[in-house]
Amino acid sequence: MTPLLSVKNIEKRYGARIGCTGVNFDLFPGEVMGIVGESGSGKSTLLNCLAGHLAPDQGSVTYDRTSTGPVDTVTMAEAERRMLSRTEWAFVHQNPRDGLRMGVSAGGNVGERLMAVGARHYGNIRETSTDWLGRVEIADSRIDDRPSAFSGGMQQRLQIARNLVTGPRLVFMDEPTGGLDVSVQARLLDLLRGLVREMGLSAIIVTHDLAVVRLLADRLMVMKDGNVIEQGLTDQVLDDPQAAYTQLLVSSVLQV
Amino acid sequence: MSDYNFAYLDEQTKRMIRRALLKALAIPGYQVPFASREMPMPYGWGTGGVQVSAATLTPEDTFKVIDQGADDTTNAISIRKFFEKTANVGTSEKTEEATIIQTRHRIPETELQEGQILVYQVPIPEPLRFLEPRETETRRMHALEDYGLMHVKLYEDIARHGAIATAYAYPVMVQDRYVMDPSPIPKFDNPKMEMAAIQLFGAGREQRIYALPPYTKVVSLDFEDHPFDPSKAEHPCALCGAEDSYLDEVITDDQGTRMYVCSDTDYCESRRATGHIGTEGTQPEEVFA
Amino acid sequence: MIRIENLSKSFVLHNQGSATIPVMKDAQLSVAPGECIALTGVSGAGKSTLMRMIYGNYLANAGRIMVGDVDIATAQPREIISLRRETLGYVSQFLRVVPRVATMDVVAEPLLAIGTPADQARDKACSLLQMLNIPERLWSLSPTTFSGGEQQRVNIARGFAHDYPALLLDEPTASLDAKNREVVLSLIDAAKTRGAAIIGIFHDEAARDRVCDREVDVTGFTPQRAA
Repeated sequence: MTPLLSVKNIEKRYGARIGCTGVNFDLFPGEVMGIVGESGSGKSTLLNCLAGHLAPDQGSVTYDRTSTGPVDTVTMAEAERRMLSRTEWAFVHQNPRDGLRMGVSAGGNVGERLMAVGARHYGNIRETSTDWLGRVEIADSRIDDRPSAFSGGMQQRLQIARNLVTGPRLVFMDEPTGGLDVSVQARLLDLLRGLVREMGLSAIIVTHDLAVVRLLADRLMVMKDGNVIEQGLTDQVLDDPQAAYTQLLVSSVLQV
Repeated sequence: MSDYNFAYLDEQTKRMIRRALLKALAIPGYQVPFASREMPMPYGWGTGGVQVSAATLTPEDTFKVIDQGADDTTNAISIRKFFEKTANVGTSEKTEEATIIQTRHRIPETELQEGQILVYQVPIPEPLRFLEPRETETRRMHALEDYGLMHVKLYEDIARHGAIATAYAYPVMVQDRYVMDPSPIPKFDNPKMEMAAIQLFGAGREQRIYALPPYTKVVSLDFEDHPFDPSKAEHPCALCGAEDSYLDEVITDDQGTRMYVCSDTDYCESRRATGHIGTEGTQPEEVFA
Repeated sequence: MIRIENLSKSFVLHNQGSATIPVMKDAQLSVAPGECIALTGVSGAGKSTLMRMIYGNYLANAGRIMVGDVDIATAQPREIISLRRETLGYVSQFLRVVPRVATMDVVAEPLLAIGTPADQARDKACSLLQMLNIPERLWSLSPTTFSGGEQQRVNIARGFAHDYPALLLDEPTASLDAKNREVVLSLIDAAKTRGAAIIGIFHDEAARDRVCDREVDVTGFTPQRAA
């Protein structure tokens, strides 16, 4: 089985400081991987290197592209990488403002990716947008409203619809439930789980919330100071952590 | 004439502008940066067009200037006089006689021929500007043909107004590659851009030059179910009776009475000279004919 | 179906002076299809630990845990995930679900995960809930607010939704009344009949005697305390 994403020896430095280093893993189709660690552990740096937002200083990120088979996304041309990121990839930002166009209606936000890949039929674009708003539980009467009129949870769901509308295969998520109320988080988690299952998505989710990864991720990677401390099956890493840092991390979670 | 170099600009500047023009013609629709000079008129009055005209003019040229289609507005007259003085070239109000036509906001109704050059004055050359304020990002979008955003604007138009409400500066796709702002011409003129003449675009304040070589493919952006519609006011010209020309709406009294007249004054006069008279029109007197 | 060879495990507590706690040594066990065996031994002897190791929840230090032809002790996460989806079921003592998801969907989820059509999965979920006497008015509510016994029954329904060839049952009859206990035992019997290999922990001796073919005392695998 060919991995969807094969990451080899990724390193990113900020001057003398290490962003992340020595990261290796294979992500297979349909797998959801969580990356946890405290602030500054390098998890967001790593995610941005994988998604092509940051150029790593070392290593390769090989993606199994539908049309051509495996390609190194680190060395590919910017135009190709952008094409990937609006067709086969998606990126969900922690702050929906970073992932949405706040001055464009909800329908336009969802439709943008369709139009970017050549959709030119207004009626069809609108129909698809309406359908997707429904799937993320936004009433179709809100289709012409701007996201600035939406609550935080709705904005985040809109961002997810906007990202998934072109049927991507790999979704990068940076703290997708951060900054949301616990009750809103729960609804979003359930939504994400359903979409991942229905669409057969692979996903890499960066979060500092261990409860979120337990519910969403099949696999877990623990990072500290730019290094991967431990990785494995999510429940195994959380219930039987091997590394000292992971044991500390898991035992530090407050019980509800 | 010894006070000025031919056509105002010094030869080094002309060379710089011509290089930009050649590059622009080689990459239709691509915005070439150039070192726009201070001109003896304010920005917004056609400094870009004037620099392009100055770099393009030869002593044998016949020069015509139109502003919203008219030869007789202050702006058109002052630019025409400027080149009469600094280049000593012949000028004309007749579209077919001119070899270089500088224009603001219109394409003449009379079809342009090979050998003619149309110079546009452009206020904002970047078609993506109101969607994406960062120049670094719009450049990258052009480079990568990342034009989804352009259709988002049209989508928003339809969602809000039921139809594409953009009536002027209607964006076009040039030769299947670059999205281009046609300057604020009415969308009625967009189909004329696939023409025999050379089209040069100069934006003085924004320091950009772009161009369309003759017979370049120029397609107005649209949706399959909301096709591009080069509409105009549904009236004949009150003066010459033309049904095929772009019309200005003129309010004639305090009661809101209005008449529609050709915005292209040369076209209107030529028609009247050959006997086409509208409901309110008269035959021009012989002295002007 | 399930075969365990020379399995050893110890916990190292890095944040408590790196104390090493050996919990299992040279465990051996084998379960055939259609067989149900019970793990016995005093509390703390390592019954749950062994169960969790078979499920891949705890990491093995040495030895082999064969479920079908997959060695859990060395398998990649994705192999374990697909094994858990298709082959290996686990009914734990605790219900862990996304808050606010309807009980019916919680039970149907294992079926949806293997691609069963939604209406078929729901039908199966409903019939299991019915069988386990969960009142129908609760089906559309999240089980997080249910009583302990109800949660346990939802957990069992979920564990039996898909016909796993191998099943791990951790106290499936604890905190159940006689009627529901009977239902669970009949579910286990049915699973045995269709050929499932089952390992269970039953404190309820009567239940153990009824469904289990064999008992394995894990005390035999407990390492002798180093004096």
